[in-house]
Amino acid sequence: MTDSMTVFDRQVVRRHRDRAAPGLDGFDFLFSESAERLVDRLDDITRRFPLTLDLGCHGGEVARVLGNRGGVETLLQCDLSLAMATRASGAKARMSTATFCADEEWLPLRPGSLDMVLSNLSLHWVNDLPGALTQIRRALMPDGLFLACMFGAQTLHELRDCLAETEIEREGGLSPRTSPFADVRDAGNLLTRAGFALPTVDSEPITVMYSSPLKLLADLRGMGETNAVLERRKGLTRRETLTRALALYQERFGDAEGRVPATFNIVTMTAWAPDASQPQPAPRGSGQVNLTQVFGGDGPELS
Amino acid sequence: MTEGSSRPTDPKLLELLVAPGSHNTLRYDAEAQELIDDRGGLAFPIRDGIPIMLIDEARALDEGEARKV
Repeated sequence: MTDSMTVFDRQVVRRHRDRAAPGLDGFDFLFSESAERLVDRLDDITRRFPLTLDLGCHGGEVARVLGNRGGVETLLQCDLSLAMATRASGAKARMSTATFCADEEWLPLRPGSLDMVLSNLSLHWVNDLPGALTQIRRALMPDGLFLACMFGAQTLHELRDCLAETEIEREGGLSPRTSPFADVRDAGNLLTRAGFALPTVDSEPITVMYSSPLKLLADLRGMGETNAVLERRKGLTRRETLTRALALYQERFGDAEGRVPATFNIVTMTAWAPDASQPQPAPRGSGQVNLTQVFGGDGPELS
Repeated sequence: MTEGSSRPTDPKLLELLVAPGSHNTLRYDAEAQELIDDRGGLAFPIRDGIPIMLIDEARALDEGEARKV
């Protein structure tokens, strides 16, 4: 029996990553690309973050691209999979690194110890995202930064739709084959609920062109990103259903050269551990200036 | 167990790690290459310098093995 909070089988997530780790080289382009985009955001922030955690580090992509950004002196890397963590521990990096294996849902770090937590495309596999965010906030020192991206709603919508349609048609039912993802509004609410200050969330699609839908599936496996939904149907997908779904994918989305697009929607979250130095909203009714003095005349028209 | 000593674990990391869930303080056993949670009765293995802080990978301490805390 599982409770309603448990969507993903974490053992399966771990196994997928363990399996993917040795051959990750050919498949880490998406992790690397999103790691670049993630750490680029540090250019806009003047604060320095000497002690930083990369939560769900995969093969160490963040360590490779971080460079001098954020003034990180020590980067702790952590992954659920020992094989991934081992790979990450060998990543070439400008700063010193230390690696451990841990579950994002059970963060084993002293409260108030970190300047920053980064997380690149990993938190979409967490069952209890509110709980994980709360633990992250607690591990941060006051005014510490949480900067993370994960796959969000609309990710792989082409594949989902084709699978769902075929399955209803062929098997008269629907089973969750791709993970449920959070959208921007969910993420914003969760950050606030977890006690973060100044949360911002945005999303950006990355479209990858594949020579065929089968190549997409091979890539997902190579990244260790295949389905780990707990209630996924036992046993293999009926071969003919999968074949039909992939044919539908090709038919519906294929371009003139037969290539197909796959959309990955990357949701990025920025939030701070609360601190008295941060801007606070003024109490209601504390304004001293009448807005008509600012806008002139009778004030702005209200519609 | 000798492979564990091939790469040292970062001392700074050892200072920051606590037991998952309980946040109990850990004791480093360099010889056995384990991080020991005396209060929780668990030993977390370290492989090739990488502490494995997963409860289902931890070893339950034998009776009398845990130190008084």
